[in-house]
Amino acid sequence: MTAPAPLIELRNVSRVYGRGEAEVRALDGVDLTIAEGEFVAIMGPSGSGKSTAMNIIGCLDRPTGGEYLFKNTPVQDLSNDALALLRRHYLGFVFQGFNLLPRTSALENVELPLIYKGVPAAERTARAQEALAKVGLSGRGAHHPSELSGGQQQRVAIARALAGNPAVILADEPTGNLDTHRSEEILILLQDLNAREGITIVMVTHEPDIAAYARRLVIFTDGRITRDEPVAWNQTGAEAPA
Amino acid sequence: MILQAVRLALRSILRNKLRSFLTILGVVIGVAAVIAMVTVGQGSSAQVSASVESLGSNMLVIRPGQRGFGPPSSGVPIRRFSLRDADAVATLPIAAAVAPVANATATLVAGNANVSTSITGTNEQYLTVANWTLALGRNMTAAEVRAGAPVCILGQTVRQKLFGTGDPVGQAVRVKTISCQVAGVLAPKGAGSFGQDQDDLVLMPIRLVQRRLNGDDDVNGIQVSLAPGVSAQEGTRAIQALMRERRHIGLGEDDDFSVTDMKEVASMLNSVNSVLSRRMSSIAAISLLVGGIGIMNIMLVSVTERTREIGIRLAIGASSRQVLTQFLVEAVVLSLFGGVIGIFAGLALAWGAGAFMNIPFTPDPLVILMAFVFSAVVGVVFGFFPARRAARMDPIEALRHQ
Repeated sequence: MTAPAPLIELRNVSRVYGRGEAEVRALDGVDLTIAEGEFVAIMGPSGSGKSTAMNIIGCLDRPTGGEYLFKNTPVQDLSNDALALLRRHYLGFVFQGFNLLPRTSALENVELPLIYKGVPAAERTARAQEALAKVGLSGRGAHHPSELSGGQQQRVAIARALAGNPAVILADEPTGNLDTHRSEEILILLQDLNAREGITIVMVTHEPDIAAYARRLVIFTDGRITRDEPVAWNQTGAEAPA
Repeated sequence: MILQAVRLALRSILRNKLRSFLTILGVVIGVAAVIAMVTVGQGSSAQVSASVESLGSNMLVIRPGQRGFGPPSSGVPIRRFSLRDADAVATLPIAAAVAPVANATATLVAGNANVSTSITGTNEQYLTVANWTLALGRNMTAAEVRAGAPVCILGQTVRQKLFGTGDPVGQAVRVKTISCQVAGVLAPKGAGSFGQDQDDLVLMPIRLVQRRLNGDDDVNGIQVSLAPGVSAQEGTRAIQALMRERRHIGLGEDDDFSVTDMKEVASMLNSVNSVLSRRMSSIAAISLLVGGIGIMNIMLVSVTERTREIGIRLAIGASSRQVLTQFLVEAVVLSLFGGVIGIFAGLALAWGAGAFMNIPFTPDPLVILMAFVFSAVVGVVFGFFPARRAARMDPIEALRHQ
């Protein structure tokens, strides 16, 4: 068995906000490699730089120092439009606040990334339906977010991330707004997608029992990685990848 | 992509119907005003041109008193014309037909119906000079004119008011104490340069009008139709020479009469008209500018309101150009809505005003197209700044926005 190809490589990455006296080093020399098919949880107290790292991995932000290679391509020097293209074709986002478009049906929310990909309307709808089916929401496509529960809304968001066929799903506190039961459902769904579809998942959380659903745990403290280890006690018995 | 953006724009516009309507109201009013002004202006130009045609070719009008539309200027006393003046003009080789005119206003009665109208006392050549044709019956004869016989020719409006659609030829009409026999009916001419009804008149032999209605032998004016090949200038010069001699006006003294080329009057009216309508349209165009600012204002509000949506779209993979397109298209669609509503409102307004002022309704496709294009341009110009603001948002900031 060959080692899986590195998908995300941060090399000595730093991110500095402000200048001089007001300088804040949100990230300070971070080295992190994530291979295809991994399920990584990033933990750390607030202000530890985990969200900044997430934004950089998600190509929403650029490092101020060091190198970020996505699929062996240096990202730090790309233009805004090139970053948008990377997001469009390789990345799917799941947010704590779901971030669905209000007054827009679930199906249309899921279709959104496909619109920007230029997928023709008929195929778009089919793929969006398929993605909704994967998250267990077939038949709910016509519902507006306000008509769905929090757990369902987060499933729609996951379906939206899935629809574009991403290499990575970046989940930023995906269960932060959900109760324990719904949280578990979402996490099992993510595990399932990771195991069955081979989608790489990077998840930010600050709760250890949420992080336990991942297979690797990275802990940030003060802008640096202070621990990086496999999750010893894996929550639930999702099948191992084939 | 554009189609998608249009659909998206339509949805976001329909989501806030009242707000969208208020947003475009400025453009609606601006476009409506421009369309109405231009259409009415063109209608009245068309009318002036039509009435120039109806004046007949090469017609000069001689009037006592100095030239001008206003009240007679002081200094030169007005000496009236007489029928002998008209006879003298008729002897000039430049004149093809000459018609003296004496005006009166009176009420005509036929059976139970009566109508107050203007009566033109003239001769048998008036039809030729003033370019009238007969719809029914006959012209007055030279003998009737000479004798001042009680015959009359009715304009269409008078005929309708007195006889409806019936044939009045041979019937009697009473004017004051005169019982007049209807000899003919004029074919309709429609509205004149000032929107007046040209068909509201009755022709009678001039002597009849002078003696029985006015009680004098004044001639209010002489209308001359020039012979073929004679220019208005030549005609005017010949008439001036003749009249100065007849009225014993010495060298260096001013004319105490005027000779007017009706075509010149008409073209002057026309140019006044077009200058006026151009001015009014440019004033109306200012409200279009105000409308554009209204659109910009609401688009800015909308961009701020939808910051989070913009963040989501950017995170999902929209390029800044796609976001720019989305908001620009929304502004253009809004503005075009305003333009289209404005075009219809303007045409309706022009139609109503035209009906009221007796002006023909002549919508110009070119002007309508220009209004349409112009409202699209307003959308692009005033939508660009808000759209650019949306496109330049930082996705992280935008997603954090509450």
